[in-house]
Amino acid sequence: MIPELGHFALACAVALAFAQGVVGIFGPSLRDARALFAAPVLACSHFAAVGTAFLALVWAGIVSDFTVENIADFSSAAVPLMYRISGVWGNHDGSILLWCLILSLCGLAVALFGGELPASLRARVLGVLGLVSGGFLLFTLTVSDPFTRLWPPPLDGAGMNPILQDPGLAFHPPVLYTGYVGFSVAFAFAIAALIEGRVDAAFGRWVRPWALLSWCFLTGGIALGSWWSYYTLGWGGYWFWDPVENAALLPWLTGTALLHCAIVVEKREALKAWTVLLAIATFSLSLCGTFLVRSGILNSVHSFAAAPDQGMFILALLGLTIGGSLLLFAIRAPVLAATGIYAPISRESALVLNNVFLCAIAAVVFTGTLYPPFANLLFGVQLSVGAPFFNQTVLPLAAPIIVTMGFGPLLAWKRADFWPVVQRLYLAGGVAAVVFLVVAADRHVIAALGLAGGAWVVLAACTDLAQRVRLFRVPLGQSLARLFALPRAAIGAALGHIGFGVTVLGIAGMTLALQTVAVLQPGQSTRLGNYVWTLTNIHDEPGPNYSQHVADVTVADTHGVFLNLHPSRRFFTAQHSITNDAAIHTNGFRDLYVVFADEPAGGGAELRINDHPMAPEIWLGGLIMALGGFCSLSDRRLRVGAPSRRKKMTEAVAS
Amino acid sequence: MSPLRRRLLFGVPLAVAVAGGEGFYLLLRRMREQKYDPHALPSPLIGKRPPAFSLPGIAGMQGFSNTDIAAPSKPMLVNWFASWCIPCEQEAAILGKLASGGLNIWGIAYEDDAQSLKTFLSSNGNPYQRLAADADGTTAINWGVYGVPETYFIDKTGIVRWRYAGALTDDVVASSLNPLLERYS
Repeated sequence: MIPELGHFALACAVALAFAQGVVGIFGPSLRDARALFAAPVLACSHFAAVGTAFLALVWAGIVSDFTVENIADFSSAAVPLMYRISGVWGNHDGSILLWCLILSLCGLAVALFGGELPASLRARVLGVLGLVSGGFLLFTLTVSDPFTRLWPPPLDGAGMNPILQDPGLAFHPPVLYTGYVGFSVAFAFAIAALIEGRVDAAFGRWVRPWALLSWCFLTGGIALGSWWSYYTLGWGGYWFWDPVENAALLPWLTGTALLHCAIVVEKREALKAWTVLLAIATFSLSLCGTFLVRSGILNSVHSFAAAPDQGMFILALLGLTIGGSLLLFAIRAPVLAATGIYAPISRESALVLNNVFLCAIAAVVFTGTLYPPFANLLFGVQLSVGAPFFNQTVLPLAAPIIVTMGFGPLLAWKRADFWPVVQRLYLAGGVAAVVFLVVAADRHVIAALGLAGGAWVVLAACTDLAQRVRLFRVPLGQSLARLFALPRAAIGAALGHIGFGVTVLGIAGMTLALQTVAVLQPGQSTRLGNYVWTLTNIHDEPGPNYSQHVADVTVADTHGVFLNLHPSRRFFTAQHSITNDAAIHTNGFRDLYVVFADEPAGGGAELRINDHPMAPEIWLGGLIMALGGFCSLSDRRLRVGAPSRRKKMTEAVAS
Repeated sequence: MSPLRRRLLFGVPLAVAVAGGEGFYLLLRRMREQKYDPHALPSPLIGKRPPAFSLPGIAGMQGFSNTDIAAPSKPMLVNWFASWCIPCEQEAAILGKLASGGLNIWGIAYEDDAQSLKTFLSSNGNPYQRLAADADGTTAINWGVYGVPETYFIDKTGIVRWRYAGALTDDVVASSLNPLLERYS
């Protein structure tokens, strides 16, 4: 009964979403207030319908209703409650429903918090969101129905992939999808502005908080996913340049560029066409990512089973959405002329530079990811593009970003002098140089460059903040008071840069990682780095739906044993599969990481032992970046919303 | 810049997107026609003879070596499988059908023991004319076997023409194996 209700709610949602789309886009030209205000109401009911469908599916998961094919295929009675819930979006049909839920949530957010917008713009934004959502809901309802019934039901479900039985599944996909899908709002703003034929400073101001919010979630989602793969897959790596990881990275890169150039639109009315294009590109890349994962075109660890028919449907949706928006972009080209002018050395130029390099990285990653299928199509060869290509192409392009990131925030708008900025950054530059020389002395040139770059970015952002609050020039209390008086957006921007620098430090530190594989009998030990690792015992331990063999490993330094680690091998009887649960100890600056990889025929344990300096900084940096974004969002100027166009004009004249 | 030129310039992203979409469409169509498989693992053996090996028989059946399949009288299949592998059970029915249709299928049991193999063959049927045991998995490594089940198509002259990793299905037989049989017999 409940699944039928969910199915019905889904059908209602399709109708409501398309109604929202049509009323929203064409309503404003009717010049009828009822048409203008119907769109927000439709957005609310559309969200309620999708929410009902989603809850119905979660309910079927909680009560283990095996008459629902989706539950029977991917869950079982023995799976703990938490994973019965999160498992709902751990498979193809359920995850696309989560995708739609978040898209409708975006519509709800615009309907509720878009009160400051002109009513016609809000209606059009909601209309664009409604059309996109309607397309994907139709996809869910017709070719990817999560409520398909199974009769007779099996006694028990097929069980859940053991790798997915982890709290990571509860957080990573929803946060990542919120980021992915959240860019739909920026996209909808761009399309609505193109429809209205008016892109001005107010557009930059309206679009930025939405882009920033989804950027925070995307940053958090990518960091969570990277951390999850680090601790759960037991490979000891944090980023594999897997096509699906790249699919998440691409919107992050263009989204970061979008955030930065929306500032230029807001302050200087320049880069308008570029900003609109980035808003379209970012959401298009999100959609492409979804398409690539679902169609099975790419060979990836993440992909769901290949389904060319579903792929065709999504490709058609993509064609309409992306093709339509780019066509509109080309038609409206004349209204996108820039009005603000600026000198070669200015904040604007630094932001343009940042954009150029971010987009260059995005282009390289895009090419590398799609080269294998297209090479097959064009030249008929089967090949794969892996980490070596991406490392060699992305790192040189990241270097100029790291350098300009230090200078950018200190440059003035319109026209700046370079020399005074260099003088203000002597401390950051000096420390970076010392870091480089110290680490390079050990012949780790790549690590030295990375650590120096990370230190440079962190210190340059700190310098900016310190000088704004006149740290050490006025009493400390006064500096603190100044810090609280600073616009939150400035603090957020500095935090974002600091977070990026911290991530760079982590990545650079990981190039110094040590690892070894050792087959040890109980009582034997091995050396790695400054530590002695001893296998003391192997014992059995029961789990909820698995049994496990646990290796007891002690780690000793010159002062003796200071740590006990317990990596385990888990046997999931329902799936005949084994997972390796890594044991990780962190002190915040170094991870000691042991995997119980195998049990050799001769007894004992095959251990993979890793010593990872700076690894936690990779994800800590992601967290700081996301926090910086949220801090910036809490800025009064963004929270209160945009002033009316008239007021904006007078402000512009006055400044 | 005149509005028309500006529009043309701003149409470049559209052109790129259209070209990309066209490419995706072609890829999907080829996937549907099974001409393109993103997960395909190219086998180094295609167009070559299998590397030298000589494996003993198991479960009361005769083993074979690379010279035995160097020049079969007609095209044949070599099927890698194991009694502990679940997809191999699903595949058994299809192999049985092919064998009763007159196709020679020789099996290699991968890291298996005689007793479980006998149980496996008695419950799933025995499509194999010969059955060799690769007890330590060395031959599998030399062949580049990715996992069991895996099936190799060998033509009359002893050359490997096709490799399929995974359980054979009716679709695979219809779309890949049958055309090969027509071409090489």
